[in-house]
Amino acid sequence: MSETTKTVSRDQFKILGKSVEKMESIARPSLTFWKEVWRRIRLNRVAYFSLILLVAYVLLAIIAPLVSPYKFDQQDASAMREGFSAAHWLGTDNLGRDLWVRVWMGARVSLAIGFIAAIINSVIGTILGGFCGFYGGKLDMLVMRIIDVIYGIPSLIVCILVMVVLGPGIQSLIVAMVVVGWTGTCRFTRGEVYRIKEQDFVAAARVMGEPTFKIIIREIIPNIMGLLITNLTMAIPGAIFQEAFLSYIGLGIAPPNASWGVLAKEGAKMLQVAPHMLFVPAFFICTTVLALNQLGNGMRDAFDPKLRGTE
Amino acid sequence: MDDTKNNILEINHVEFSFRTYGGTVKSVRDVSFNVREGEVLGIVGESGCGKSVTAQCILRLNPEPPGFFEGGSIKYRGEEITTKKDKEMRKIRGMEIGFIFQDPMTSLNPTMKVGRQIEEVFVGRENISRKEVKQKTLEILQLVGINEPERRYNQYPHELSGGMKQRVMIAIALVGRPSIIIADEPTTSLDVTIEAQILDLLKELQQKTHTSIIMITHDLGVIAKMCDRVIVMYGGKIMEKGTAEEIFYETAHPYTAGLIKSIATLDTDRNQALVPIEGTPPDLFSPPHGCPFAARCDFAMQVCYDDLPEEYRLSDEHVTTCWLQHEYAPKVAIMMREIEEAAHE
Amino acid sequence: MSKDKKQEPLFRVENLSQYFNVGRKQVLKAVDQMSFNVYKGETLGLVGESGCGKSTTGRCLVKLNQPTSGQVYYRDKDIFKQTREEEKNFRKNVQMIFQNPHSSLNPRMTVKDIVGSGMKRHGVCTEQDVDAKVEALLKRVGLNRDHISRFPHEFSGGQKQRIGIARALSVNPEFIVCDEPISALDVSIQAQVLNMLKELQDELGLTYLFIAHDLSVVKYISDRVIVMYLGTIVEYSDAEELYRNPLHPYTQVLLSSIPVADPKAVKEKQRIMVKGEIPSPINPPDCCRFAERCPYTTDICREEIPTLREVSSCHFVACHRIS
Repeated sequence: MSETTKTVSRDQFKILGKSVEKMESIARPSLTFWKEVWRRIRLNRVAYFSLILLVAYVLLAIIAPLVSPYKFDQQDASAMREGFSAAHWLGTDNLGRDLWVRVWMGARVSLAIGFIAAIINSVIGTILGGFCGFYGGKLDMLVMRIIDVIYGIPSLIVCILVMVVLGPGIQSLIVAMVVVGWTGTCRFTRGEVYRIKEQDFVAAARVMGEPTFKIIIREIIPNIMGLLITNLTMAIPGAIFQEAFLSYIGLGIAPPNASWGVLAKEGAKMLQVAPHMLFVPAFFICTTVLALNQLGNGMRDAFDPKLRGTE
Repeated sequence: MDDTKNNILEINHVEFSFRTYGGTVKSVRDVSFNVREGEVLGIVGESGCGKSVTAQCILRLNPEPPGFFEGGSIKYRGEEITTKKDKEMRKIRGMEIGFIFQDPMTSLNPTMKVGRQIEEVFVGRENISRKEVKQKTLEILQLVGINEPERRYNQYPHELSGGMKQRVMIAIALVGRPSIIIADEPTTSLDVTIEAQILDLLKELQQKTHTSIIMITHDLGVIAKMCDRVIVMYGGKIMEKGTAEEIFYETAHPYTAGLIKSIATLDTDRNQALVPIEGTPPDLFSPPHGCPFAARCDFAMQVCYDDLPEEYRLSDEHVTTCWLQHEYAPKVAIMMREIEEAAHE
Repeated sequence: MSKDKKQEPLFRVENLSQYFNVGRKQVLKAVDQMSFNVYKGETLGLVGESGCGKSTTGRCLVKLNQPTSGQVYYRDKDIFKQTREEEKNFRKNVQMIFQNPHSSLNPRMTVKDIVGSGMKRHGVCTEQDVDAKVEALLKRVGLNRDHISRFPHEFSGGQKQRIGIARALSVNPEFIVCDEPISALDVSIQAQVLNMLKELQDELGLTYLFIAHDLSVVKYISDRVIVMYLGTIVEYSDAEELYRNPLHPYTQVLLSSIPVADPKAVKEKQRIMVKGEIPSPINPPDCCRFAERCPYTTDICREEIPTLREVSSCHFVACHRIS
């Protein structure tokens, strides 16, 4: 027996036994799913900054053309191909139009097309993928073969063909992008639904007598929401870039309407003389795509249950 | 005192924690023990007690960040290894100290042939030719009971059964002829007949090669079968340590007693209720002030909730960290099944 | 001792088989011609190692799998030919406790929803009473009321398993399939859950099919025990009798392989050695499945499938050596 070095008194030595409240306690604060996700995104500085940047772009796209003294198609022969200045923040193009306003008008188009195409893709892909993953069978096989075929053809060629058939314009552009774009989400959702369907908690719901549609709504969908949203976020940059490309090669939006792709096309022609005309739209395309990807990465990490408690 | 001449591993006051959103989780809180040459030392405890983290500390296998080494010393053959650089640690891993991971399904690289995975231990070592390396690999496959070593050498992990995969893990741990092997729950995921085979194999190899083994497990049956000395951990701290006989037959700590009493054995009478340990292990995010086991201990006293108990030495090997050993404490028979009898004994 | 055999069994399983096609001409026979009864109020243990088909059998009994052939009768009605009414009743009376506590609770639902949703569906109580009843159930399994609005990931494995038990109990079932309910838990928590299951059985008159690979635990909790190997029954009898007098070589091997928590006993124990690994249940041979590993194999063992024979009162073995 060793001498104790702590000061203790005899009355501390009566047997009390176990403590019922303390033995089952959970110390950590409880957070709902969405609060937890938000907290983790906030902690991820890159993702958080990307989110702020994107919100800023959306706000500018809405507000900037409204408050600007210039109109997007307002030409000014006296101020052609000018660089950055106090009068024209981002300079002018070869027809004297203010680039700041055109960039933000273009943003409306590019961002809108990006979001809409991505959303339509996601909806179609999710519903189809969900059915395939949940029911399997012949439908699953059929859809998967269709996807294989679509994957086999370069998507831009399909886009171009559709555009040629339907003619230029925003609607045809979106249709073209959707025709090839739904496949990614479909495959992904199918895999996730299949995985979740095999989990014991779904089996428990079946043993409890829960009907199939309730299982889909209560057990499966909430557990794929996070990844669906992430996927959506990651699909947007692809759509934006695709629109830019199509417009750049002349198949997308027609001038004088602007999108970032159109602006880039006009800028490319003037590269030797007025390089800012290309760099400005290119800058915005790049930063948007980058920000969306970073936000998507951050969201994927935020939704991942395994990473909980390790930051 | 511990016979320091024979110690090949000395762990003193080691503390290791993880940073999480809620704060810092103190997984290992002041753990000290020694490993001697040629012995099998068991570390037993339940999930969250810190036994795996402690073992991984030795070879610096814990992810850092979010983990970080808070303090203490680990000496291998008298040399401090906590301050070594990564490059030097790599020399120790595999050749001086080997590690058998818990789940052979996920611990083997599915895209690499079995033979090559074993040979990886020798990567970067000088003074050994390719031919010698292959020779050693085939020898070790034979030694761990894998028939047709030439054929298995060229196979991929998925072509092997669970028991065979674990034998490969043992081969990887042994091929560099280390002085110590750390086996982290090596049989937990195996079926009971295969578990018996693997434990027999380990025991046989240990006797043949005189390697020390640190056996980490939650299964007291494995401890009884394999270990010379035993350490019992709970809540990041050591509750009791001693020889296997002392731990099982002269149990001095209520947690160890609780573990032993709660096991259903083939002799347990069906009409007798098992004596479980009520409650759940503590959340180490905010570890309790006093003894980590107090909230679940039938013999807890006020002092147990207030202060961490000290170590009390009961014999050469037998040490227990419990206020019941203090002179002020009442005498209790902790192995008795009925608490009333025990408290008034 | 066995429960009153003259009574009608609660569950009758006849020639249950579950085969899976896993490739060209590769048939995985997870369960092969199993027949057994479960009587009201008893605990029937189902024990065996991985690949023996015990989980598959359990899942068939709760209608999670559709068997390839054979029948399962609950109260004399074939469960795969039920009317909607009968199925609803079945779902209320037959529940399951799952093995892995970390995947058996919906991570996006609170404890209240998990435990309470079944109650609402089966009309066990009214909307207003759900909270009170959930709290009472949680208390019964050793959790407290501030756990009610928390999410599964906040709990330890043992606590999650207890929530799973609360869920199974919430609809006042008659029969519960316990699929390795304690394998994933720590030793001291296993004892808690085992005690709880026993108490609940006495209190509520429950019938259990207890599936496990740990023989000591199965012996402790079961009245009768079935030993399975590669999809077939090799031996079954009353629990005491099985452990006192194991007849099938595989049962003997299993019993001698259990690590005993007693150093002195370990030294004295005789181990019965078995060769090799557990074979795959794909395309099993048409003879005794255990033949290639058995220490007592003879010629007939490699040629004929042994039939299950009654060797003494309520003790059945499928082995050519025992006749």
